[in-house]
Amino acid sequence: MSYNLSNLLYLVTIVSFILALRFLSNPAQARRGNQIGAAGMVLAIVVTWVKIGSTSWWAIAIAMLIGGGFGAVAARKVQMTAMPQMVALFNGVGGGAAALIALAELHKILPEQGAPKADISLGIVLSALIGSISFAGSMIAFAKLQELIGGRPITYAGQQFVNGALFVGGLGCAIALVAGVQDEWLLWITIAASLAFGVLFVLPIGGADMPVVISLLNAFTGIAVALGGFELQNNLLIVAGMLVGASGTLLTLMMARAMNRSVANVLFSGFGQVSEAAAAVAAGDGGAVRSATAEDVAVMLAYAHKVVFVPGYGLAVAQAQHDVRQLADLLESKGVEVSYAIHPVAGRMPGHMNVLLAEANVPYPQLKEMDEANPEFSRTDVAVVVGANDVVNPDARNNQGSPIYGMPILNVDDAQTVVVLKRSMNPGFAGIENPLFYNPKTVMLFGDAKASIDQLIADVKPL
Amino acid sequence: MSHNTLLVFEVTILVLAIFLGVEVISKVPTLLHTPLMSGTNAIHGVVIVGAMIVLGQPDKSAFTWIVGFSAVVLASANVVGGFVVTDRMLEMFKSRERPKKPDDA
Repeated sequence: MSYNLSNLLYLVTIVSFILALRFLSNPAQARRGNQIGAAGMVLAIVVTWVKIGSTSWWAIAIAMLIGGGFGAVAARKVQMTAMPQMVALFNGVGGGAAALIALAELHKILPEQGAPKADISLGIVLSALIGSISFAGSMIAFAKLQELIGGRPITYAGQQFVNGALFVGGLGCAIALVAGVQDEWLLWITIAASLAFGVLFVLPIGGADMPVVISLLNAFTGIAVALGGFELQNNLLIVAGMLVGASGTLLTLMMARAMNRSVANVLFSGFGQVSEAAAAVAAGDGGAVRSATAEDVAVMLAYAHKVVFVPGYGLAVAQAQHDVRQLADLLESKGVEVSYAIHPVAGRMPGHMNVLLAEANVPYPQLKEMDEANPEFSRTDVAVVVGANDVVNPDARNNQGSPIYGMPILNVDDAQTVVVLKRSMNPGFAGIENPLFYNPKTVMLFGDAKASIDQLIADVKPL
Repeated sequence: MSHNTLLVFEVTILVLAIFLGVEVISKVPTLLHTPLMSGTNAIHGVVIVGAMIVLGQPDKSAFTWIVGFSAVVLASANVVGGFVVTDRMLEMFKSRERPKKPDDA
């Protein structure tokens, strides 16, 4: 296949990817868009296959079967609640592939006489650097979300220094390669330092900040792939990689803005650190907590006009989305107006709660974004907070000393009554006290979210 | 085409892709941010093209063989997993009821 023909066909693939993203602006078309993107991907693979000819075709086929088989099985088997870690995993392997390509390319050109062309070299080393960070970082994010390692921030003295040294060291070796010190071990050091940096930079980031991290790593892989396009002089990789890089970066900024923090603050502040001081402040004026039984809450719900559910990560952990949906249906059958208020950073990845509730067949017009939901709380009878904590913490509005001060929150305390479903009085993921629990309007319903909701369903039914 | 001409051309494409990406993505509602992440995740699986080129080059060393093979394995997992997960997510977004009741997870 000629160079021009294959590039034209790659252009078709590029258009299909753009359409796939374009169709995502409308939930009704989004699935079609994804299928168009997948078709474009198949085209690109076929074109590449024909271009390569017969060289090692069987090895490529075997490798594809192994990787594709694993991907298909993992993606089909996974529970919807485990989506964030799946996204992290598939993101990581993409970054790993980009780093490996860089390694192979450098290995190929290094023994040649004279220096390699500088731009190729720069593409190679940066692709190796960023791809390795993305791979290692995504694997740690996966391990955290899968709870293979603790989700709380892990910090130690001198952490920023060690991370900085690793990054600068890796980058230094990469630049030395480009500058003309052309030894292969420099790339090995670059890769080793980047892997270590990827691990150490995600480790200290708390679970609540995962939406920012996951979208950032997504952007990293995209950029690594685009740089790989420079190595291989392939337009498809450049455009597709950069589309992802740009979208991931934009999403990262949006998530950080939703928390009213800078990306740097999210990545390097070690969010859990501040919690002790803040907890001490909050504990001082902690009033009484009112706890209620499921029967009490059931009565409130059944005789309300408008009920708003506020889901958080606890909903995903308890896998209570179907139960919440059943309770909502039951309430609607009794004439109660039900909606869901979704905070942009609730959960562990951007839009996490929307997917979770969609799985439980909640119609998406009932899912309200923060700007739409907040004015509604003042005419809401009962706001039911299920497994959310920081995103409803009034300290974000009032307490300048709070680590989350300034973060836009869902103003559930504007509602007549707030019901908080919570396992115990332990502070949330970020380890921050929540004065909402001490608000006289608030009643606590302690216990596992799924069990509590089921109890509520049983108690609402006869009313 | 001289080497520098090609590079300038590639940088042009890169910069245009950045603007295109920002333009297209800013139209995606927050409702669909997870499928967006997952969908872009699948798209960067296009790295498989690069991995195939590496493994498909003639007269390669054993090192390139192993590295290229691993790259194709990882990239295929990225492509297939990415598109399948995205499809599963998008399948669930409904504006109205499905006739069949979901069974409890």
